[in-house]
Amino acid sequence: MATSLDKKGQAEPPLLSIRNLTIRGDTDDGPITIVDGVSIHVHRGEVLGLIGESGAGKSTLGLAALGYFRAGCRPDGGQILFDGTDLLGLSDAKRSALRGARLAYVAQSAAASFNPAHRLTAQVTEVERVVLGKSNGDAGERAVEMYGRLQLPDPAHIGARFPHQVSGGQLQRAMTAMAMAPSPDLIVFDEPTTALDVTTQIDVLAAMRRATRELGAAAIYITHDLAVVAQMADRIHVLRYGKTVEEAPTAQMLSSPQADYTKTLWAVRQHQRPVQAAPNAAAPPAAALEGVTAAYGNNTVLHDVSIQLHRGQTVAVVGESGSGKSTAARVFTGLLPPVGGRVTLGGQGVAPRFTDRPRDQLRTLQMVYQSADTALNPRLSVREIVGRPAAFYGGLSGAALEKRVRGLLEMIELDPDIFIDRRPPALSGGQKQRIGLARAIAAEPVVLICDEVTSALDQIVADEILKLIDRLQHELDLAVMFITHDLATVRAVADHVVVMQHGRVVEQGAKGAVLTPPHEPYTETLLASVPEMDPEWLTRVLAERQA
Amino acid sequence: MSGYTFLYAMLAAIAVAYAIRVAGVLGNARLIASAPISGILGILIILAYVLVAIFADVIAPFGEREVIEGAQPFEPWGDVYWLGTDGLGRDMASRLIYATRNTVGIAFLTTALAFVAGAVPGLIAAVTGGWIDNLFSRTVDVLMAIPPLIFALLFLTILDKSLINLVIVIAIIEATRVYRLARAVAGGVVVMDYIEAARLRGEGLPRLIGVEILPNCLAPLLAEFGLRFCFVILLISALSFLGLGIQPPTADWGAMVRDTATLITFGDVTPLLPAAAIALLTVAVNFVVDWALSRTSGLKD
Repeated sequence: MATSLDKKGQAEPPLLSIRNLTIRGDTDDGPITIVDGVSIHVHRGEVLGLIGESGAGKSTLGLAALGYFRAGCRPDGGQILFDGTDLLGLSDAKRSALRGARLAYVAQSAAASFNPAHRLTAQVTEVERVVLGKSNGDAGERAVEMYGRLQLPDPAHIGARFPHQVSGGQLQRAMTAMAMAPSPDLIVFDEPTTALDVTTQIDVLAAMRRATRELGAAAIYITHDLAVVAQMADRIHVLRYGKTVEEAPTAQMLSSPQADYTKTLWAVRQHQRPVQAAPNAAAPPAAALEGVTAAYGNNTVLHDVSIQLHRGQTVAVVGESGSGKSTAARVFTGLLPPVGGRVTLGGQGVAPRFTDRPRDQLRTLQMVYQSADTALNPRLSVREIVGRPAAFYGGLSGAALEKRVRGLLEMIELDPDIFIDRRPPALSGGQKQRIGLARAIAAEPVVLICDEVTSALDQIVADEILKLIDRLQHELDLAVMFITHDLATVRAVADHVVVMQHGRVVEQGAKGAVLTPPHEPYTETLLASVPEMDPEWLTRVLAERQA
Repeated sequence: MSGYTFLYAMLAAIAVAYAIRVAGVLGNARLIASAPISGILGILIILAYVLVAIFADVIAPFGEREVIEGAQPFEPWGDVYWLGTDGLGRDMASRLIYATRNTVGIAFLTTALAFVAGAVPGLIAAVTGGWIDNLFSRTVDVLMAIPPLIFALLFLTILDKSLINLVIVIAIIEATRVYRLARAVAGGVVVMDYIEAARLRGEGLPRLIGVEILPNCLAPLLAEFGLRFCFVILLISALSFLGLGIQPPTADWGAMVRDTATLITFGDVTPLLPAAAIALLTVAVNFVVDWALSRTSGLKD
């Protein structure tokens, strides 16, 4: 068990060998098991992909590989053998000495991990200066070398910038440079590209993969994105509820998963909306932007944007962050009055500012938000949250209101008896998003604007929410505007696609027309950047770019 | 009554706090079982102050303003006059007990007034923004630019030294601080999507503030209430010491320190007792505030 054959057929002990590790956490409701008897092995020059839903224990296990446990978590049996030493048996001081120098960590959000008050190089070289005792000059040279390896622009000077002066993708690469600068033996990547746009993600993935190979380090790559892990990992380890589901080499795992759970994970992206009849062109759209130009101060963020939303139709608005898709939603709802052009509801122009719109127009347009955590008042019960629009617009009260709330909860497939008195902190992410939907539906709207509603959710949960929105749209004959940066979601839900870039509509039309060639150049870039489940995808895309 | 009595009383209070904690753990009352000893102790002490204030008539051996016949000024501590008498021959212990009612009662009233006067405009400013926010905030800036003690001295000298004026002046001073806090905390809440959802729904200001925002600001505001309460007691006592606070012959901790201050030069600790009463209450309130803060900033709901 301790040894296995590496690629050359020689017996070499794995660099990291976690054996039968159990990690428990303390909560108000007593101890819970976060990681339950998991064993993983990583050899030098090998990348192990660790996948699972949130709460599966991936991050806890990843940190355990560094001999680190978050506050409230403690190991309870098992071994963490790194290069033959059990990290659990070491003193804190010895473990700290290993971390940074031989064990490194790349976190999910580089923006939250960098100190905004210090320049990049000062932070990138910190481990080498403090732990390894290198001089400023040596460490600085090494940093520049690492910037080059990670393909950051202008490696010699970029380190003098502050974190807010570089883009998100560059910052993520700078963090990778920080982790790799001391030439660690093991690097743990914890969802390093989750916060990035697809087009940026490619560059970061390519840079990380190349640098890891050049260093010959072992790596653990944690993610919930199957297509990403397929590009990065040699082997894939699937976790669920803190237990191992299965492990296999990447190609084998993708082609023939064994466990039922893995099969559902693989099947998630199959949801396809049946083709709808084209909307009646003669009928006025339920809501529309007509040649809208909008600005924040002097900064114009929308240029002559026209979008039509028809009943029974889902319009997907795609683009990277900063493309103006959320701003378009703000113009619809009246939060941002346009500088030019107009907003119409049912063919009639409406007041640009929501405060000037009558209550019935406000009712017509309802929003569902990206982050369910901030979208629901944590101090109110589900009954109050969902009931308020029904009481406010519909004038319901007492038993009629109660009946309506229960009906709405059944509609979104949550048991009223269990959930009606709960508050948002006692709900899971998917349940919160359902409540957000119920609140919107409670107003009996005509137009539903969904702003990145699935991007904070795991794929299985996201898929359920998409199906729910699809069903609600059919039952209530809604016009849905679906804002997303994920093209897989577009394929799943859209009838009509609007592609946005730099505040302009680059291309729009029926889904089939937009997603099949020939494309506009930007649509092409977007489509080509979506990771595919093929392990060779990244290599192929990079090769195509070279050509 | 000696210094040891006080020591024994504190030890007993700590023992009771532990007993309550153990009872809470055994009885599975989560709020008590998870409370720190200091928090329980703080609540016990505050409770004791409240009881003393309510039942002052029953507990005090002599009247509040009673100049006792046959008593010398500055009697030493003894069986009849537990803590001796003051310069007019009034019983110190009785006055200390009545002062609890006066000082704590007036301080509570003033703090409550300051909170209404500070939190409501603060929340309105955070929600509406624009010129209303500017008007409120700049007014508060102007008021805050004047040192609080000078502000109080100035107005209490111009106006007559009635209790109502005292309460209003101190409430205005403290309200400026409450306004700042309420506006800052609410500023963090109004950017939430659920506030945007409520606005887009067309909700009015009362509903926005009362239902959507205030419940989410309550924890820091309550903690601030405890702290402000202590500051108000200190300010009233300071003003009373200067002769501008609660007017004689009403018993008040601050004034009592001034009246008996000369005894200090004879090595008598009596003048420090009212100060100790203030200090103990302040510590107790802060224990409870710390507990409330750790509860709200922790992982619990």
